[in-house]
Amino acid sequence: MTQDKSLSPEARRALMERDIPPAVMPVERGHVRRFAEAIGDGSERWTDTAPPTFLRAMLSELPSAPELEAFPQMLDGGSDWEYGAPVTVGDTITGVTRFASVNQRNIGVGPAVFLQIETRYTNQQGEWVATQKNTLIRY
Amino acid sequence: MAESPFWDDVEVGLELPAVVKRPSTRQLVKYAGASGDFYEVHYDKEFAVDIGLPGLIVHGALKNAYLAQVVTDWMGADGVLRKLSVRYRGTDVPNDDLTCSGRVTKVYEQGGAHLVDCALTLINSQGEQTTTGTATVQLPARAG
Repeated sequence: MTQDKSLSPEARRALMERDIPPAVMPVERGHVRRFAEAIGDGSERWTDTAPPTFLRAMLSELPSAPELEAFPQMLDGGSDWEYGAPVTVGDTITGVTRFASVNQRNIGVGPAVFLQIETRYTNQQGEWVATQKNTLIRY
Repeated sequence: MAESPFWDDVEVGLELPAVVKRPSTRQLVKYAGASGDFYEVHYDKEFAVDIGLPGLIVHGALKNAYLAQVVTDWMGADGVLRKLSVRYRGTDVPNDDLTCSGRVTKVYEQGGAHLVDCALTLINSQGEQTTTGTATVQLPARAG
C-alpha cells in the first residue's frame, strides 16, 4: 500500500494553471439518438434537442494530468449542471475546461485527490448553453 | 410529450412520477459508446475486481441521466430544465432495479421566471440511496 503518497503544492498549482485546449463538437442527429437510446429515454423531445447530460460526451478524454500518476484509480463524485440556450442538432458546441479546485483528502482507501473540473459550453453563435462542474476523486 | 404542469398548480411535497431503470451490461456498453466514457470498470469485470470493486459498476453519469429523465418527463414540452445536480453516494451494479424519483421542495418566482426546485433520489433494490440530487425547472404560469 502506498499510504504516504501525496500531491505536492507545485503539482497542485500546475493543475490549477493548466491551459486545456477547448473541445469542439458538432451535435449530430445520430449521436443524439444513440445517446438517448443509451440512457433509455425514448422521449420525442430528444429528436432535435440533446438530453441534459449529452454534453458529457465532449469530456470523453479527461484533461491530461501527469501530476496524478500516483493516483491511478478514479471515482465520479457528482456533477452540477446549469443550463442556458438549448443544445440542438446542427449546433457546434465549444467546451472550455479548467481545474476549478484540487484538494488532497484521506478517504477509506488512503490519500485521494478531489478535483473539480469545470466546463463552460457555448454554441456557434457564442451563446452560453451550459456549465458543468464535475467532481472526480483520484486515489 | 406530456403537457406541462402549470406552475400555479404545483405544491411543495408533490411527488414526481418515478422512473425505474434496470441497466444491463449491454446498456452500459451502449452508454460507454455514446458518452465516450470507456473507463474499464463499466465493462471489464476482471479489471473492476482487480482494483477492489465487487464487479462491474454503473456509470455515475448514466445515473445522472436517469435522474434528469424524472424531471424532463414530468416538466413536459414547455418546461425548461435550469439546473441539475447529482451526488454519487454509492456504486450500483448492472441488472438491478434502480428507482429514480423526485419531490417538489420549493415553488417560487425569480426575475420573472416561475420556478420549481425538486429533490431527486435513486434507490437500488437493497433500499440503498446511492445517488441524490436537486433540480430547478421553469414552468409555464396561468395567464392573469
